[in-house]
Amino acid sequence: MHAVVDSLAMIGVSYVMGFLFYGFYRQFNARVQRRWGPTIWQNLFDNMKFFFKSETLIHGPMFFFGPMIIMAGAFTTVLFVPFLKDSDWLQGFSQYGNLILIIYLLVVGPLGNALAVGSSGNPFGVMGVTRGLTRLMGLEVPFFLGLAMVMLQHETASVHAIMAAQDSLAHWGIVTNPIAFCVILLPFIGSQHGAPFDVVGAPVEVYAGPRVEFGGRLLGVLMTQRMMMSIAKLVLLVDLFLGGATNILVLIAKAFSLFLLTTVISMVFPRLKTEQAVDFFWKVPLGLGVLGVILTVWLPSWSA
Amino acid sequence: MYHKTQCEGFQCEQAMLEVPGEAESIRQGVLERLVSWMRHRSLFVLAYGTGCGAIEMRPLMTSRFDAERFGIVGAATPRQADVLIVSGYLALKTLRRVIRSYEQMQEPKYVIALGSCTINGGMYWDSYNTIKQVDRYIPVDIFVNGCMPRPEALIEGFVALQGRIKNGEKGGYHHYREHIDWYKANQRKVLGDQIPPTYTCDWYHAGGVV
Ligand code: SF4
Repeated sequence: MHAVVDSLAMIGVSYVMGFLFYGFYRQFNARVQRRWGPTIWQNLFDNMKFFFKSETLIHGPMFFFGPMIIMAGAFTTVLFVPFLKDSDWLQGFSQYGNLILIIYLLVVGPLGNALAVGSSGNPFGVMGVTRGLTRLMGLEVPFFLGLAMVMLQHETASVHAIMAAQDSLAHWGIVTNPIAFCVILLPFIGSQHGAPFDVVGAPVEVYAGPRVEFGGRLLGVLMTQRMMMSIAKLVLLVDLFLGGATNILVLIAKAFSLFLLTTVISMVFPRLKTEQAVDFFWKVPLGLGVLGVILTVWLPSWSA
Repeated sequence: MYHKTQCEGFQCEQAMLEVPGEAESIRQGVLERLVSWMRHRSLFVLAYGTGCGAIEMRPLMTSRFDAERFGIVGAATPRQADVLIVSGYLALKTLRRVIRSYEQMQEPKYVIALGSCTINGGMYWDSYNTIKQVDRYIPVDIFVNGCMPRPEALIEGFVALQGRIKNGEKGGYHHYREHIDWYKANQRKVLGDQIPPTYTCDWYHAGGVV
């Protein structure tokens, strides 16, 4: 019973945080461009509107299962990331999982996407997926390297143990292992479809890329999973680098400050081409990551 | 920044015309009201730049007029759009594409027609190659007149459309469904064999009314 309520609460919290954060993002973006922008609830309205639209497309069963797979991936990711530390609530099934499982779950989304878009046969969608997978090649390697560095530093793959090790500000991951944070941050923006690396869903080049064939309810499902997935990843980074959170307000504050950081980066940099993005990922974050691994492995006293 | 008080001068006439009559507003349940309310706050626009009027749609989205504050944003494809803007005269070739795009949109869907050319042909009234009244071929919810209409006028049109959606009035797409024979006959008259295939509206095909 507790597990069911807890899981529902986690899904609810991640959804609410998701649309509020993205609503804020749109408003903030508007203010930077000197306009008023939509209300903070805009993403909720958009999402709900799509859920209540008709859906008349038929592209075979995979086209419908694809979004369901992506959605299931988002739900399970949310449930395996502990939202709070030292608390019975908002834990989901995180005690049964660890960082390595979460890494696997993060790949479910792109996979489901590729399946659904492939069965629709739309050339723009395929183009978007190709771009996405190319970019994935660039961003996964540094991202996983950064996570590996964190695991190496704490000598455990359990998110709970990593959180417990960061008991004060001086022991926060961002202080003790800033290189890993930098290595993860840029691919993180990429995996959130943030601005310098958002070539996948470029609206006027490839007509929303992988989403080109989705309208109506399936698009609503995709929007929901994207918001929830972003929150799951944000919370994961909070757990790994900002010492986790003991209550929901602290969690929101920390996740929001991280979100603000990525938002500001997205806002100032224009979109990179696919190969530029991959180039960048293979040079800067990956180079930094290799450097970090060498330092962590060869100079163990450095990271302690 | 565009700022609007209630209404000024001749705008008031327009505003009075746009107020729905008592009989028109439909009784809705709580959930329906909520959904209509969310719908009216979120309109994805497929801006089909068919004529010169399209030039005024660009400033609408950018900082000066900022349509996003009404929840109006551009959609990438017809599948994701709620509103189709037909901006100006339609050549016969373009008409086919417009019909095709319109039928691809998911319901509820609305059409805004921009400029005199869509109302009565405008300055193309004697052209051999353009159609004169768009609403003979696809159902138009709002006409915005002018040659070309300013972005303010377009925003006015959007706000009127939002008012209708909020009140739960039947959109033009109901009309299209109910009078599909009339629309298809008109389309066939100008397009002949070039009429778009009916598989974009399978309900029409299933009804066997071809
Ligand atoms: S109404 Fe005027 S501006 Fe609009 S398409 Fe016709 S001629 Fe061009």
